[in-house]
Amino acid sequence: MAADRPWALAARWMILGEWRAHPMRAVTAAVAIAVGVALGLAVHLVNASALNEFSQAVSTVNGDAELQVRGVSPAGFGEALYPTLARLPGVAAASPVVELSASAKGVGEPVTLIGLDVLRAAYVTPSLLGRPVGADAAHGPTSEAAFDDNAVLLSQAALEALHVRPGDPLELTAAGRAVSLRVAGVLPGVAEGQQIAVMDIAAAQWRFGQVGKLQRIDLRLDQGADSGRVRAAIARVLPADAQLVSRESEARRSDALSRAYRVNLDMLALMALLTGGFLVYSAQSLAVARRRAQFALLRVLGVRRRALLGQVLAEGAVVGLAGGVAGLGLGLGLASGALALLGGDLGGGYFGGVEPELAFAPAAALVFLVLGLLTAMGGSLIPAREAARAQPAVALKNVGDSVDPRVAPRIWPSVLLLAAGAAAAFAPAVGGIPLFGYGAMALLLAGGVAAMPWIARTLLTPLQRLQVAGAAVDLAFKRLWGAPSQAAVALCGIVASTSLMVAMAVMVSSFRGSVDDWLGQVLADDLYVRAEASGGGFDPTTQAALARTPGVARMVFQTSTSLRLSADQPPLAVLIRPFDARRMPMIDSATPPAGATPVWVSEPAAWLYGWKPGQSIALPISGKAAPFFVAGIWRDYSNQHGAVALDSADYTRLTGDAFRAGAAVELAPGAKPQAVIAALRARMPPGLNVNFAEPKTLRAFALRLFDRSFAVTYGLEAIAILVGLAGVAATVSAQTLARTKEFGMLRHLGVTRAQIVAMLATEGAVLGAVGVLAGIGLGLVMSQVLIHVVNPQSFHWTMETQLPWTLLASVAISLVAAAAGTALLAGRRALSSDAVRAVREDW
Amino acid sequence: MAAESPILSLRSLAKSVPGGRVLFEGLNLDLAAGEFVAVMGESGVGKSTLLNLIAGLDGADAGQVAIDGVGLETLDDDARTGLRRDRIGFVFQAFHILPHLTLGQNVALPLVLQRAPGAEALVRAGAMLDSVGLPGRAGDFPHQLSGGEMQRVAIARALVHRPGLILADEPTGNLDPETAGRVLALFADQVRQSGAAALLVTHSDVAAAAADRVLTLTRTGLVERHGG
Repeated sequence: MAADRPWALAARWMILGEWRAHPMRAVTAAVAIAVGVALGLAVHLVNASALNEFSQAVSTVNGDAELQVRGVSPAGFGEALYPTLARLPGVAAASPVVELSASAKGVGEPVTLIGLDVLRAAYVTPSLLGRPVGADAAHGPTSEAAFDDNAVLLSQAALEALHVRPGDPLELTAAGRAVSLRVAGVLPGVAEGQQIAVMDIAAAQWRFGQVGKLQRIDLRLDQGADSGRVRAAIARVLPADAQLVSRESEARRSDALSRAYRVNLDMLALMALLTGGFLVYSAQSLAVARRRAQFALLRVLGVRRRALLGQVLAEGAVVGLAGGVAGLGLGLGLASGALALLGGDLGGGYFGGVEPELAFAPAAALVFLVLGLLTAMGGSLIPAREAARAQPAVALKNVGDSVDPRVAPRIWPSVLLLAAGAAAAFAPAVGGIPLFGYGAMALLLAGGVAAMPWIARTLLTPLQRLQVAGAAVDLAFKRLWGAPSQAAVALCGIVASTSLMVAMAVMVSSFRGSVDDWLGQVLADDLYVRAEASGGGFDPTTQAALARTPGVARMVFQTSTSLRLSADQPPLAVLIRPFDARRMPMIDSATPPAGATPVWVSEPAAWLYGWKPGQSIALPISGKAAPFFVAGIWRDYSNQHGAVALDSADYTRLTGDAFRAGAAVELAPGAKPQAVIAALRARMPPGLNVNFAEPKTLRAFALRLFDRSFAVTYGLEAIAILVGLAGVAATVSAQTLARTKEFGMLRHLGVTRAQIVAMLATEGAVLGAVGVLAGIGLGLVMSQVLIHVVNPQSFHWTMETQLPWTLLASVAISLVAAAAGTALLAGRRALSSDAVRAVREDW
Repeated sequence: MAAESPILSLRSLAKSVPGGRVLFEGLNLDLAAGEFVAVMGESGVGKSTLLNLIAGLDGADAGQVAIDGVGLETLDDDARTGLRRDRIGFVFQAFHILPHLTLGQNVALPLVLQRAPGAEALVRAGAMLDSVGLPGRAGDFPHQLSGGEMQRVAIARALVHRPGLILADEPTGNLDPETAGRVLALFADQVRQSGAAALLVTHSDVAAAAADRVLTLTRTGLVERHGG
């Protein structure tokens, strides 16, 4: 626009002049944007670093295999599949693998034990090949150590975790067998932090009771082979207890593991940015209102409407850019600090064993910078349009609030936004992410904020008519009613921050309360026993002996395993226990027909796999797909990726496996837990590592884990509240300082300083109360979207609403006090100037 | 009546206020270059509204406003804005000096809006400030000025881009009589030097006396006032 180019210099003068006069207003708005950008970038960088590190760790274990055949359960599949696959056209190399969870005596850290055929693995997973050390090194790189039944090679992390050095003896327990081995070398190709032990496949099968069994086969395809055709050929020969996975599906599975958690954190971080946007809106609205006559003069001098629009938008853009750039630096610092303090999953518990290093992501930084810029410009858009639309002839008279207080504010735009929000809440998730749920939250927030002029009018009109004794209070009510635009601007910030805070607080409180109730139901016994999984657990004879221990009234043995039903999804947990509906938090149920084998599916499993009570499903529990009847759905907060419960007797009948890894103990009346623990320990098989816990300990541990995984949520929420409070303070303070002339006039009329201060405190308190009231109402509605839409669609579990009354009351009081206190302080400052000078000022 | 073609021409102009009260109708006026006309009238008669109609800041109910022969009713908002920028200078009762700009920048603003390079605009603004009696003050800020000095800055800003038409709305309304007299003399002197047409709206006889012709605004239009 060549015609508008000269305006650039004038606009620069105007913008710089404004910021020179009121630097703190621009700085406050820029800081709000900086905080939002910093939080968003920090959360993203930490999650991306962890995910990247986790994927690298997974690919180390999987090596360069283009395709893998994996057992659907830890029991694996028959090794006869290996020659079949190796001979398929298009398969260049196949490497059979035994993969077991192992532990060393007296060391709590688990190790992944991998049995390899070194000659085959050299073609497919070279990163798992070891380097012999000491005496074994003398035989060369593929030395006899690779075929020695006693030799095991350890990654650096495994050496450290197991406290051994090359050459040391090492007793590893896996699949219930303890085996004496010798550390023959190291695994230099394994990623940092991965605890991996590698030995010869034949030795692993023989010594750990896996003869004839494999957990996976790694495949490399011929160059130029048609991957689709090879996959189809593999699928034709695949038994029910094995599954074909690819690099892509593994990547999707890694992503699915924590995606919902990461997206939720991202969204939460963006809320701080959104609150910052409202702060920019408040600051710009006030700046525009204050400069209404200046803008009118510029219009008179020949500045076009769109040039004025451009000036206010440019002000927002500079604030956004400055805040965004500062936010990038702050975000990097925050990410680095968060990684050091909370780890790569920010306390979520998704990336165990991974110690990521912070990796700067320029593309993500650019996205957050642009988001900061757009938020600031978005916050400036409405004030900019107002500046451009104002009638110069009217505005030059500087008549104050440009809205006639007698004209009822429009409510329909708000109703439309709220209705759109409600409609979006009913839409399904997109790719497992509740995009419409988040959209619903944003629309409800926008609708609620848009309704503020109407709500303020509705709530303030009765106050304005009230006959009150004090002049100060009367003036305060009249002013709030008479300047609806200014009241609405201040209320926007209060409502936005209060509603977001209330929504989050209600969701977290409901979640924690529901988890607490659930723990009370599932931890109904007096004592819990757990044997290390690698130790094999309790055989039937031990179970019978333990159940007869004095002081034990009843002992229910249970165990768990896992099933991979989909290549894209993390494994499903299978819980095996004698089924007792009274001890399960059932949500829904169906009576199984005679002869059917029932399973009870968890709420996330029902959601993820679309299972319903009364449905017949196929599960490869025993190595081949068998039909099961879905007899009910139970609430489960411990397995986000789903679980099925199977009666103990059915599991033993189907698999022949009668070993159990844990038990719930009901004590006889009067029995002392410590005495019973001692008695049980005395009856344990030698060499079995067993832990005992009382329900209160488990409950406290679970809630500690919950609080740890929500620590970042609490932190982000607190920052969003602080940004909101800063916004309220800045808005109220700017509005008060802009009224110096009015205070001067009142002082001329004989109103005392104390009366003006009281008037301002009343205004602040009433404004705060109206904002908090509307914010809490809107927040409660938004919390229902979080509880009934975002959470079920993200994590696949539901919860009951539980209100955190104390927190709500304290936040409400703080916000009202902040609004009143800020108005009072700003009022004192405004009153400190000379009343005579104040009325003479032209602007 | 001026012999040459008028800079400002008003024909059958009519304007009512919201609610229907007629301010004036059938109003006609021609103003040629170098003419200095004062319009008087009681408060609320529509003097400021008349200026807003001439400046294209408000729309007439009927009739035409033409500046340099161009009818404002034929122009859109952008074109009216451009015309105002290039051809009109304003002086207000409340000065309307931008508080965060220096005096030099305030005066240079119309030049900058006309695409003059910043440095050149500031030099011309400095010269203009010299001519209104504020030499060496271009770098000062408005809060350092008295009312009379503020209005001098406003006069400098109204004339710096050599407009064809100057509109002044009660330019001495906020000043004491002595200062008002000095400012009026300066205003009349500067207007005459510039050769522009000027329309001064006032209800002060003293202010009106500075003009070449004095008209009174009535419901039926502008009436020539003699011997006032």
